[in-house]
Amino acid sequence: MPDRSYTSRKELEEYHFSLPVAVLAPLILLFLQAFLPKVFPRLLILDLPLVAVLFFAVARRSPIAGSVTGAIIGLLQDLLTHQPIGVNGMAKTLIGYAASSIGVQVDVENLLTRILMNFGFTLVQSGLLYLIDRVLLGIHGGHILWLHELLRATLNTVVAIPIFLFLDRFKLRD
Amino acid sequence: MESFFTRFKDALVLIAILLAQTIALAIQVHRPADPNNPDSSQVRLLRLWALSIFTPFERLSTGTGHGIRYAWSNYVDLRHVRREDQDLRQEIANLRLQRAALAEDALEGQRLQALLKFSRNYVSQTVAAHVIGTSGTDQSRILILDKGAHDGLKPDMPVITPDGIVGKIRDVFPSTSQLLLINDTTAGAGVVLQSTRIRAIVHGNPLGRVLITNLTPDSRIKPGETVLTSGGDQVFPRGLPVGKIETIIPDPDHQPYTAITLHTAANLNQLEEVLIITGTASTLDPAVQQELKSEAAETAKQREDRLAAQQAAQKAAAEAAAAQSSAQVLAERLPSLHPDQPEPDPTKPADTKDPNATPAATPPPDNSPDLVPKPKPAAHPDRYSPNATPPANTLTPGAPAPH
Repeated sequence: MPDRSYTSRKELEEYHFSLPVAVLAPLILLFLQAFLPKVFPRLLILDLPLVAVLFFAVARRSPIAGSVTGAIIGLLQDLLTHQPIGVNGMAKTLIGYAASSIGVQVDVENLLTRILMNFGFTLVQSGLLYLIDRVLLGIHGGHILWLHELLRATLNTVVAIPIFLFLDRFKLRD
Repeated sequence: MESFFTRFKDALVLIAILLAQTIALAIQVHRPADPNNPDSSQVRLLRLWALSIFTPFERLSTGTGHGIRYAWSNYVDLRHVRREDQDLRQEIANLRLQRAALAEDALEGQRLQALLKFSRNYVSQTVAAHVIGTSGTDQSRILILDKGAHDGLKPDMPVITPDGIVGKIRDVFPSTSQLLLINDTTAGAGVVLQSTRIRAIVHGNPLGRVLITNLTPDSRIKPGETVLTSGGDQVFPRGLPVGKIETIIPDPDHQPYTAITLHTAANLNQLEEVLIITGTASTLDPAVQQELKSEAAETAKQREDRLAAQQAAQKAAAEAAAAQSSAQVLAERLPSLHPDQPEPDPTKPADTKDPNATPAATPPPDNSPDLVPKPKPAAHPDRYSPNATPPANTLTPGAPAPH
């Protein structure tokens, strides 16, 4: 049975964060997501909590940590809405799990990877939310507005890249 | 067994988290709907905790923003204040006039409604609140207000701005509350089209537009028509502006219905302050009624004064016209018909007056026989000349006509 090398990608690039950063960064992004659309209503299209989930999931490279991070941030996001609690929680749990799993396989420090990952996962989340609404909540009225979702994915990616670069400063290697 | 859990640890944790959330979701969805308590007590408590984390920062940010904005408007942007002040004073004066004109109609309408035993809810009490935050997602068009149960707010209270309706209170916490906007997919309001009086229901769509989708095509419904609340939803009082019809297209999902898009009267994207209607009354407030009555009395007095002035002017004009009698008019126009006055000499100027002429006699009354002009005696009378024929009572029947 081959042992994993100590210098495998997972071991080499696994980061952790100080407690204040791990707690405050998602909370600040959640606050900005709730407050900024009051001033600039068009920013409602963004999903900054998703950026937090993606960043911490790929940085920690642990599917369990990614799932828990996604669940906590998603549930907090649900608490600010009038939707049943768990809609964003479930979607972001899956996104956190998938992002951290991908983070083990590919170089997520690369700018192009980050762009593709943010764009792709934003679209995946829209699909997951649609499925949850339709299958679990029984809301059949809506359609997926593809143009709107593509715009959301593009804008979220544009905003996510500088946030990733900023949060990179707080990474701590074991 | 141990190796199974170790090997599939990640997937098992994921499944456990998802399962827990699915069960929680199912419990919430299957809970019977209660308008006064949209969430169960546990969920409500969690929402309250979450709001307690963010609300202080939202209040701080909103307060700072307002402070900066007011400082700007108070100290820097004073250049246009005087002009705006004049414009506003003029507008207030115009509005007072309009209101005075409408006051009497309003009172009359009230009397008629009372006669018909027609009940109507008037907005009698409101609470002003600031918007301090949003839900943060376009799937839930919720705003967070800085007033809550301590200020007398309750779920389902209507929220308006001076321009029109905004939404209703969804959930109330001690010092904050959730406002559900009318452009949310789960929101709705009973409305009536102003000119055609067609009743309908408005609701939001995923893009945040307000739509009517329960009407079939009707040629009377035109873009630009005003839409008002009908009062049928038992939330919004009747007659509040909702918006104007923007577009009317066939609804592809629900044929043969139409999708009527509204342009909302209130700007739902830039809400800073709103009014929550905390009380309605079947009659107007006594102070307002008194004010309306005094305005109506003032309007009636002004109207009477105006009518009296018009009548006085008409009477004066009639008297002036009477003073200048028709005989005088004829005398001016046909002076040669008067035998007692000498024929004007055409060689003399018209304005030359005889210094010895006696002043003109007073004009005869209107019913005087002198008013009828009499012809001058003929220079060469014959049997056709006036007065040449003897009166009928002097003639004998059968006798030959005198020559």
